[in-house]
Amino acid sequence: MSRTPLDTVENAAATPDVELPWAELGLKKDEYERIVEILGRRPTGAELAMYSVMWSEHCSYKSSKVHLRQFGEKAPQSDALLVGIGENAGVVDVGQGYAVTFKVESHNHPSYVEPYQGAATGVGGIVRDIIAMGARPVAVVDPLRFGAADHPDTKRVLPGVVAGIGGYGNCLGLPNIGGEVVFDACYQGNPLVNAGAIGVMKHEDIHLAKASGAGNKVILYGARTGGDGIGGASILASETFDDAKPSKRPAVQVGDPFQEKLLIECTLEAFQEKLVVGIQDLGAAGLSCATSELASNGSGGMRVTLDDVPLRDSTLSPEEILMSESQERMCAVVEPDKVDRFLAICEKWDVIATVIGEVTDGDRLEIFWHGGKIVDVDPRTVAHDGPVYERPYARPEWQDALQADDANKLPRPQTSEELKDQVLKLVSSPNQASKSWITSQYDHFVQGNTVLAQPEDSGMIRIDEESGLGVAIATDGNGRYAKLDPYTGAQLALAEAYRNVATTGAKPLAVSDCLNFGSPEDPAVMWQFAEAIRGLADACRQLGTPVTGGNVSLYNQTGEAAIHPTPVVAVLGVIDDVARRTPVAFQEEGQLLYLLGDTEEEFGGSAWSQVVHDHLGGLPPKVDLERERLLGEILISASRDGMIDSAHDLSDGGLVQAVVESALLGGKGARLVVPDGLDAFTFLFSESAGRALVAVPRSEEVRFNDMCGARGLPATRIGVVDGDTVEVQGEFGLTLEELRTAHESTIPALLA
Amino acid sequence: MTARIGVVTFPGSLDDRDTQRAIRLAGAEPVALWHKDKDLKQVDAVVLCGGFSYGDYLRAGAIARFSPVMEPLIEQAKSGLPVLGICNGFQILTEAHLLPGAMLGNDHLHFICRDQKLRVENADTSWTSDYASGQEIHIPLKNMDGRYVADERTLDMLEAEGRVAFRYVDFNPNGSLRDIAGVTNEAGNVVGLMPHPEHAVEPLIGSGRTDGLPFFTSILKKLVNV
Repeated sequence: MSRTPLDTVENAAATPDVELPWAELGLKKDEYERIVEILGRRPTGAELAMYSVMWSEHCSYKSSKVHLRQFGEKAPQSDALLVGIGENAGVVDVGQGYAVTFKVESHNHPSYVEPYQGAATGVGGIVRDIIAMGARPVAVVDPLRFGAADHPDTKRVLPGVVAGIGGYGNCLGLPNIGGEVVFDACYQGNPLVNAGAIGVMKHEDIHLAKASGAGNKVILYGARTGGDGIGGASILASETFDDAKPSKRPAVQVGDPFQEKLLIECTLEAFQEKLVVGIQDLGAAGLSCATSELASNGSGGMRVTLDDVPLRDSTLSPEEILMSESQERMCAVVEPDKVDRFLAICEKWDVIATVIGEVTDGDRLEIFWHGGKIVDVDPRTVAHDGPVYERPYARPEWQDALQADDANKLPRPQTSEELKDQVLKLVSSPNQASKSWITSQYDHFVQGNTVLAQPEDSGMIRIDEESGLGVAIATDGNGRYAKLDPYTGAQLALAEAYRNVATTGAKPLAVSDCLNFGSPEDPAVMWQFAEAIRGLADACRQLGTPVTGGNVSLYNQTGEAAIHPTPVVAVLGVIDDVARRTPVAFQEEGQLLYLLGDTEEEFGGSAWSQVVHDHLGGLPPKVDLERERLLGEILISASRDGMIDSAHDLSDGGLVQAVVESALLGGKGARLVVPDGLDAFTFLFSESAGRALVAVPRSEEVRFNDMCGARGLPATRIGVVDGDTVEVQGEFGLTLEELRTAHESTIPALLA
Repeated sequence: MTARIGVVTFPGSLDDRDTQRAIRLAGAEPVALWHKDKDLKQVDAVVLCGGFSYGDYLRAGAIARFSPVMEPLIEQAKSGLPVLGICNGFQILTEAHLLPGAMLGNDHLHFICRDQKLRVENADTSWTSDYASGQEIHIPLKNMDGRYVADERTLDMLEAEGRVAFRYVDFNPNGSLRDIAGVTNEAGNVVGLMPHPEHAVEPLIGSGRTDGLPFFTSILKKLVNV
């Protein structure tokens, strides 16, 4: 893109008719015209580069903004929220002076093009968001979705993604404590690789991305800038895949976790010495994003000398330097008298650090190259005043037919033998099978604070060794439910994550989300998106858990076929003493099994309908958020007061899935009795929401029953922890060995 | 009086703070050592902890072995300073030739993280005296390059001299020859193993067992009784 002579601001003003490659950079014609209007002249090549990446769907949220506003407008009152939407990540007060920051992001398209690096740099990016808030990262989680488990391409994508997450996260020393792995043909050409991270700090250590104080220095530190990831945000993340186009591999970044580990340690040391006024990580849109966001959030302008950026490749043009998404870089704003100390800390950690500019008292972002001014913009127009689209949306024509295709009418097992066969089929199906082949490639011990990790309902980390204060996180999403009804599907995702946090004994506090959808240019997809946000925002208000931030990933489709709408919801919770946590595994024979909540005939979108009938139709389970809240309160109280020794949420796969998991993890069987009013099939396979399975020590039964009775939560005694068989009285029995083989051999057989 | 036990932080070390915690929980005093330190601050023992020193892009431990801190460490280890190498620390000790053998990539080519069953084969070293010989313990394991190899003669010698300190039981997680999980030098002051005892020192946390704590109480007793 480099032109001769240098395309300076003067040159641009003098040569209004020069044609710029705005279309190749992913801009639409009206967007380009808007830039010309803002500047009062044509942009320089460098300015165009900045606008093109910052106005991309990925960075500007131009299609989603009008809907995302609901998260603010409907936000529940919460004393816990310290930093809300708009910063690198939200921050929540968890008590004892601690604050926790967490966020989930997508790295879907890069991970399809280059699974290992795509997934690895996804971890790197989310971790830098966490550091940029002033926090020490303490854990990561990875919600993943792939095409059909037996599709040949899944064998290319999944092992690469898993190795990339492990390779990066393990090397950073961050325990991987949760997430999901889901298979569905709809993700075949478009896997969802979402990455979440949690960080912990003291309240006074919260940092923000703003450049204040004229004369303060702008320091770029970390890796050198190279030609990798150029246009990642605009070209890769903001368009659909099309086989006809050339390979997009050059738009994928390459990660160096070792460099990131040094970046974490040196940043935290600089924070500790209070050297940093403002900080921003370099992720999507690289320097374009960091400089324009820091400047527009601060009090003045900024002047940057691009020649001072350390390069990996000396032939890079200024446009490329501004667009590069080279990993492991951060940008800090530091007072002049603290620059030496900051640089010394970087040197201690062998991290390259360079002053590339300073904060000015003007209101322009000015960037120089070889002595010429190549950027002169109002940074707000780059970072915040991007286009906003009111994309048309319409309920798809097929929605009615889909909902009318009732899963409750599918043929059900007629004999005990059939019922037993279907149980085995369910627990061995790729989605319900054990994912330990995957999760054992992640370090979940490092840092020595992991209380719970997958396959527990939520990951739990101790954050204070003295008091035992801890946080829990769960991520959930069910694209099948959301396809049937996006409003309800999004609420079910929240309800499940909320429940998963509560079953471990933690109190849900706040939400982050990663909204994965197809092309916003398709009105049907836009309707799904609008409905899902409306549902999620309504549910967050009702449950009192504000959305603190998150990420929107659009254009998840290959050709005309969009993925299932897949809102992934992360809920963060707090527990006063991790010693009170409740695990999934059955602990002791003789303990009584209780089913909490109501079970109805709800099979729409269920795992059973998928596994046995390869069917998707009908309505998803109903949502009752007040019930979810009550269930959560009961689970938390019971855990705190020692009334339950294990608990497991009921979601996809229903009760039988939960019982089998708790039995296998504990190495103890169960005898179940079908309660009055239910048939065995519905009892085992229904996916009614707002339910959990708990194991109650006999000594606590009366107290536990009294509590549920007094508060109006249905609690049904359904059996006892016993022996080495899961037995449904009058129906069938399966030994733990049979179940273990069925549950644990599927994934290795497909992928190892 | 208590013992001062150093924990070296290389760039890319991950379990340094965990190891310091384990030392503290055992009742000793952890001392942070930096890879560029040219002396060992008069510590009574040193732990080289897990991680990916210098990114381990070359060969695990190959660069760390040449860090400034290794010079006094190698010298003093040869004259009896107790040194424990955990995971990356074990790799560094083999690279430094303080322990025999070498570590290759896991035979299944994947990173593996699991709660691993081990047998303590030698309870007479500086770091294992609080175990009984033959005792079976569960210690978390997490590595990419954990396959212990050595030539047959070395392996026979290690067996004959009782220098196989730990062996994997029930499941060999990485293809290590003769199921070797850890070894000791002849004098018993330098011990290395792939599993992570510092992740098994508190109930509830990590594996939820405390099977790793005796590593740290063993050395404390040895140092304080001397």
